[in-house]
Amino acid sequence: MNVELRGITKRFGSFTAVNNVNLQIRAGEVLGLLGENGAGKSTLMNVLCGLYAATEGEILIDGKPVSFAGPGEAIRAGIGMVHQHFMLIPVFTVAENVVLGVEPTGRLDHLDLVKARAQVREINDAYGLEVDPDALIETLPVGVQQRVEIIKVLFRSADLVIFDEPTAVLTPQEVVEFFAIVRSLRDSGKAIVFITHKLGEIREISDHIAVLRRGEIVGHADRPDALSEADLAELMVGRPVSFDVKRNPNPPGEPLLEVADLMVLNNNDDVVVDDISLMVRSGEIVGIAGVQGNGQSALVEALTGLTRVAGGTVTFKGKDITRASARERHHMGFAHIPEDRQRTGLIPAFTIAENMVLDSYYDDRFSKGPTMRWDVVNKAAANAVVDFDVRATSVFDAVSTLSGGNQQKVIVAREMSRDTEFLIASQPTRGLDVGSIEYIHSRIAQARDEGDGVLIVSSELDEILALSDRILVMFKGRIVAEFEGVTADKAAIGLAMAGRYEGATA
Amino acid sequence: MTSTSISDPIAQQTRKLDTTKVRQAHITGWILLALAVLAALVFGAGSEGIATFRLSRPTDPWALPNLQVPAAAFNYLVAAVLAFLGVRQFLRGGLRWTGLSLGLGMILAVAAFLVWATAGKGFSLTGMLQATVVAAVPITLGGLAGVLSERVGVVNIAIEGMLLAGAFTGALLGSLVGGVGGLVAAVVIGGLFGFILAALVVTYRVDQIIAGVVINLFVLGVTSYVSSQVYSEHRFLNNAPIFSPIRIPVLADLPVLGPMLFQHNLFVYGAILLVTAATYYLFHTRMGLRARSVGEHPRAADTLGINVYRTRYINVTVAGMVAGFGGAWFTLGSVGRFDENMTNGLGYIGLAAMIFGRWHPVGALMAALIFGFANSLQQKLALLNTPIPSEFLAMAPYIATIVLVAGVVGRARAPAADGEAYVKE
Repeated sequence: MNVELRGITKRFGSFTAVNNVNLQIRAGEVLGLLGENGAGKSTLMNVLCGLYAATEGEILIDGKPVSFAGPGEAIRAGIGMVHQHFMLIPVFTVAENVVLGVEPTGRLDHLDLVKARAQVREINDAYGLEVDPDALIETLPVGVQQRVEIIKVLFRSADLVIFDEPTAVLTPQEVVEFFAIVRSLRDSGKAIVFITHKLGEIREISDHIAVLRRGEIVGHADRPDALSEADLAELMVGRPVSFDVKRNPNPPGEPLLEVADLMVLNNNDDVVVDDISLMVRSGEIVGIAGVQGNGQSALVEALTGLTRVAGGTVTFKGKDITRASARERHHMGFAHIPEDRQRTGLIPAFTIAENMVLDSYYDDRFSKGPTMRWDVVNKAAANAVVDFDVRATSVFDAVSTLSGGNQQKVIVAREMSRDTEFLIASQPTRGLDVGSIEYIHSRIAQARDEGDGVLIVSSELDEILALSDRILVMFKGRIVAEFEGVTADKAAIGLAMAGRYEGATA
Repeated sequence: MTSTSISDPIAQQTRKLDTTKVRQAHITGWILLALAVLAALVFGAGSEGIATFRLSRPTDPWALPNLQVPAAAFNYLVAAVLAFLGVRQFLRGGLRWTGLSLGLGMILAVAAFLVWATAGKGFSLTGMLQATVVAAVPITLGGLAGVLSERVGVVNIAIEGMLLAGAFTGALLGSLVGGVGGLVAAVVIGGLFGFILAALVVTYRVDQIIAGVVINLFVLGVTSYVSSQVYSEHRFLNNAPIFSPIRIPVLADLPVLGPMLFQHNLFVYGAILLVTAATYYLFHTRMGLRARSVGEHPRAADTLGINVYRTRYINVTVAGMVAGFGGAWFTLGSVGRFDENMTNGLGYIGLAAMIFGRWHPVGALMAALIFGFANSLQQKLALLNTPIPSEFLAMAPYIATIVLVAGVVGRARAPAADGEAYVKE
């Protein structure tokens, strides 16, 4: 199936998310669609798969114009999409998820699950996917859930498969397996669209590349190697980009934070942090790599005093802080950039100034008895906004009106515009544009150079590698491997993230 | 620091530190011990003579003899068993038995209580079981209405109002055009309120709790007004026929089971039929799978071409019809006339039955039977002249609700999108 997008424009109110995009998608080829978060990639593809109606332009399938009133019609036309956030029902089985919407039935609307299972197995065998049709989705690892999404699309006999940021949730090993699946789909004659912001991946898997910036196609390559990674980055961002974080060589100092035999349980009493011991020195960045959901969040919550510790000790500068409250830690010089900026980092409906004093409103500087000293608060916020390069019209803007990058800068400004000793940053650049990533990385490196101890948790291996002096890998609540930052072997870390690393390290 | 290599990943996954479970096991242990003390000191020491439980009437074709229980001895035995169960909760391996022990302990404690209350007297056990089934009907239907709408993600507080509307309409139309007409009207009015609820929460995205409360207050206000202002003048409007019992041939003559299950009017059979049909619908049909997907992850359902809004409208409307049918029981199936606020919170008990039954029709039925039992126990005990004030006995169903929902159910999992409006992009 060949698909052509002609002059597609999509506006939300006065905002133009996609502007006059022309694209050719051909059978048996992989089109890589590159762009930053917010460049309009997902919007464009949601138009193609019927979730959004285009404001202008037309879609042609094999030369004939088509229009979709909803996702159902796009599916029937042979367009399938694997969404970035999986569209699976956790409490249903694989087979139930696959057939949902196009169920095989018998008399009395009876659901024929026997047939459904057989059909799932058929697709399994045809593409070597190996998924148990009777497994509950919530019990499956993310990589397998993604295969279920692929089976769903194939089950609906899609000829065009769109993958939206498919590798974001995968370990490096799973990415390799995933690419093998994509190639086998392509070789069987499917047309593939691969959406990503990762430069290396797009050159590896694509036959053609299109680069999207601010809703417009700004670059195009007919061969994946026609453009270098630097070229692609420049096209994507609109200016030359440097990915190296400048750091001064700086021998680490005294041990600052020491964690011994830490155990943390979740609400169901499952062990989520399992007997972890680690140490962070002053002037050192320790990176914790690992696929999301391997206990990193619980570890960070335990270190910042947000969750109860079930066992073990946390010591800071020789003092036992295992049961210290978040505020006590704050006073000791802890700074915390939480993983979910909108849920735990900020109060979106509050203004920038209000968000800036969330951790210090009670301080005599900002309040007098029960009344807030808003003039002081606003002045301090205005200074911080300048210092930390937050782009906003005023400190009275609600944080929810800012871009992700600027929201994150507000958090960084709040946490780091005072004398800190220890920084915990969890997924500090998730979903940010390249400019903001550069800025936040430089701030983190600066904290280290000033003698802070830094603990970074990230599922982006490249981020860990760019920043860390030492790298720990978490898998199923444990630290399974440790690497020196400079000499770290990406492949070995990848293995450890998948729980398959057996070598003992320093 | 040294790094560890990975041990068996499966063993790691299943390893748990069961502190919450241990705590629960210990609490259960204390409850069982307390019940043992109660059974020994109050029910055992306070009982004299023989408790006689009547199982059949002498005229029944297959009459069973009366059950004669030596009261004190029986209750001391119960106390011993309860103490054993309680102590075992504190021993190694006790947590495996927590749920079962608590359930068994409750049954034994209730039995001891009954024997104590009946000691030296006679009591119709079969009569009470029959009353249990009858009392469970509106709760079952209310719970079923809850299951049907919450499974598609709409919290249905309005069950109370739908029951009341069904009761009122059933009585009014029943008085005017007869029982069948009244029943149909009750189902229609229930469906209408279901549709209104769906319109409020699906199309206009009103908070689901508020929408439900508004419907309840509206129905209560209107029906109370009419019943106090109009019915007092025109009594013929509130004088409906009652559906008579249908004896199922042969089965109705079985001892105990016959009176319990096979000598009722159509509401009891209807409730059982509806529970069966709803179970088949939700878990064995294509439409049921789609409905559940809408309650769990509406966005996913939408991407697969399932119409989230229509699914919610249909299911909530059907839920309203079920509640309307349940409401008709109060008038057409029971007393033949409408009284102000006659549902008296049973819709909320139905909601509790739904949660206790883990959002499953059969679970809701079982929970309703427990509530129904508490209800009929209270009524029958009033006849036995126990030293317990009847006001306390009247609390029994509600205490049972609280204990069961808080203690036994613990964390039941609601449909993931329950209570959330779906906004199509």
